[in-house]
Amino acid sequence: MSTVVFFIFAILSIAAAWGVVTSKNIVHSALYLALSFSGVAVLYILMNADFLAAVQLLIYTAAVSLLVIFAVMLTLRGDICQSNPENRSWLAGALISASVFVVIGLVILTNADWRVLATPWTSGGSAEDLSLLLLTQYMIPFEAAAVLLTVALVGAVILAKGVNESK
Amino acid sequence: MSLGDFSVGLSTYLLVGAMLFCIGLYGVFAKRNIIATLMSIELMLNAVNINFVAFNRFIWNEKIDIHYVLTGHVAALFVIVVAAAEVAVGLALIITIYRNRQSTNVDELNWLKW
Repeated sequence: MSTVVFFIFAILSIAAAWGVVTSKNIVHSALYLALSFSGVAVLYILMNADFLAAVQLLIYTAAVSLLVIFAVMLTLRGDICQSNPENRSWLAGALISASVFVVIGLVILTNADWRVLATPWTSGGSAEDLSLLLLTQYMIPFEAAAVLLTVALVGAVILAKGVNESK
Repeated sequence: MSLGDFSVGLSTYLLVGAMLFCIGLYGVFAKRNIIATLMSIELMLNAVNINFVAFNRFIWNEKIDIHYVLTGHVAALFVIVVAAAEVAVGLALIITIYRNRQSTNVDELNWLKW
């Protein structure tokens, strides 16, 4: 049962990612991006990472996709059906990424240490377990992440607003 | 081997992550719109998150200290935080570039070239 669910959502997220990079309309690309993130959230649930699946849906599917769509709407000009074309070196990019995929795939398939199946999972993955870890062992990186988010969002507001107009 | 016998292991998840990563890599190389490049970077970060969670799920046993059991989840959480900060700053930069240049084409961002 979980195998069937895995394949449905893995294929869904990969096909949506393919749609992101091949769609000619950039609004469609952004919507495909949200679909791909949702498929990955289901994969997290299959790996017993409940809290991360919720975070994925809230931050990636909702917030990041919304920000991307806002940026698309603010910067769009000309014909929307031709808003997302390939550049001249797309063939070289395709060759490079295909060969990277072949190398990574060979490494994964030939490594015997990674040929493991799931053992029963007993150690949680809920918000409670993660918060215990975040507030004891990883407290300094947690606070640093909070500072990083504050600085980045204030910087984003200043950048998008423009310094000259505010004077 | 039918589909029912085939059980999903670590390498299957890693292959899904590798495939998403390489699609994102192709997008970074091939797209002309700077917002599409940013979306491809998000895809690549997401693929790395799948790898973190998959290793945490499968390479785990009772011998490991209980305090380190969810380290992969914590790493994935920090990646999500940094990705959110990155997309906010990146989109603000894109809006600023658009305001100055009336363009979001990466081929035209050649201020440093003469």
